Amino acid sequence: MTVDGYIELKAWQVAIAASLVLLNAAISLGLQLGLGRSLVVASMRMVVQLLLIGYVLRWVFQSDSVLTVLALAVIMTIIAGVAAVRRTERRYPGVYWASSVSVLVSSWLVTSFGIAAVLQKADTWYEPQYAIPILGMILGNTLNGISLGLNRLEDELVVHRNLVEMSLTLGATSWEAARGPVRQAVRTGMIPMINSMMVTGIVSLPGMMTGQLLSGVSPLQAVKYQIVIMFLIASGTALGTVGVVLLSFRRLFNRNHQFQSGLLTAAGHK
Amino acid sequence: MDSAGVLLDAQGLGRFVPGTQQWLLRDVSLAVRGGDRLAIVGPTGSGKTLLLRSLALLDPIDEGRVLWLSQTISARLVPAFRSQATYLHQRPALIEGTVEDNLRLPFTFRIHAHQDFDRRRVASMLEMVGRGADFLARSWHDLSGGEAQIVALVRALQLNPTVLLLDEPTASLDASTTQTIERLISHWHERTNGKRALIWVTHDRQQSTRVAQRVVQMNAGKLLEGT
Repeated sequence: MTVDGYIELKAWQVAIAASLVLLNAAISLGLQLGLGRSLVVASMRMVVQLLLIGYVLRWVFQSDSVLTVLALAVIMTIIAGVAAVRRTERRYPGVYWASSVSVLVSSWLVTSFGIAAVLQKADTWYEPQYAIPILGMILGNTLNGISLGLNRLEDELVVHRNLVEMSLTLGATSWEAARGPVRQAVRTGMIPMINSMMVTGIVSLPGMMTGQLLSGVSPLQAVKYQIVIMFLIASGTALGTVGVVLLSFRRLFNRNHQFQSGLLTAAGHK
Repeated sequence: MDSAGVLLDAQGLGRFVPGTQQWLLRDVSLAVRGGDRLAIVGPTGSGKTLLLRSLALLDPIDEGRVLWLSQTISARLVPAFRSQATYLHQRPALIEGTVEDNLRLPFTFRIHAHQDFDRRRVASMLEMVGRGADFLARSWHDLSGGEAQIVALVRALQLNPTVLLLDEPTASLDASTTQTIERLISHWHERTNGKRALIWVTHDRQQSTRVAQRVVQMNAGKLLEGT
């Protein structure tokens, strides 16, 4: 059924799409990949997670209250902060704090800018229709940059510990000794975003734009929205990556210009 | 103790295994004066490297303190201190690039920014160890272990440190390279008529008597006066 320019999906239509998973199941069986269980679990999880967030969003959209929107935004931010660390291979005391602060400051700052300055909706910033999807998209990408940057920093410092310490022994400050790893980490966090801007619209149509096209928005409007979002995401990723790298640097080096390599442990070890 | 002429003074240094009360280094006191050549010997795991790293303030100290020219070293002055009391690793760490790139590296640090890389001086040091001017253009990954250690040593010596903290710099080198390195260090030490000092950690008793005028023994994190 068409409603305001888009086709409203019924449960049976979703079920038709779900039947496609049988194709994957057939491949798994045919080639004895042993993926059957994972496939079922992954499909079920995806359905349950999306339905849950659908109901949560419906409730948030209907409530139209500042507190509800803020609460959801805080939960999303904390989950992103924790998930960013979970994807890395090493831990240090305070890493979850560093990641969460970086996610929070970068994504909230950029989302606020997007809503207030770009969309010009400063007085109704809490409207969930804009705040939640924009924050969500920025969080998803910032989280990626943060985890890549954090992982690279820890990796560089561990692998090149001898170079860092050599610089310190020759009179380098901790910043001078760590600037190579810091630079590499920030680059690593930002490169996927730059690559994605390079190919967007050529290799793939971005998800948000596709969604808008499906819901009947004119292509040029959808493109404008996408451009705005890409810029917001790029700056959120940059801010978040720089934030987590600097906070980690401050934690891993003390004021006496000593590299506290003992603080870094492999994930899963105490 | 008379503190006149003391360059580096460690007082009651202690370090323990993080999070425990198990001592790795306990109540170590050591004073180094201009002209001193001190060797520290002892079995593997006795705390020699740990002591040297503590003297260079590379690790946090749990007990005691390190004084430089009878003064405590504030956090701000740690880089300046390390440029005067320089620690040399057992395994040389080189950056990617040529020998010259490695020798120029310290001048990118603020503490050495007022100095310039002195090619002539470096060339004369390299000549002393039988390496010509073309050695400067050699790539870091074409160097043998001994050559890499020579580069690391020249990189430190060109900055005119007052005290060298040498952590078994010749442990994995052949006799001839060991001799070369000893010669280079001895030349650096003798140049200023008793103003410079060195602490040389080694497990080689013969080397300790060759390079030092005083040998102390370490055992289980404690310093025992030796031969």
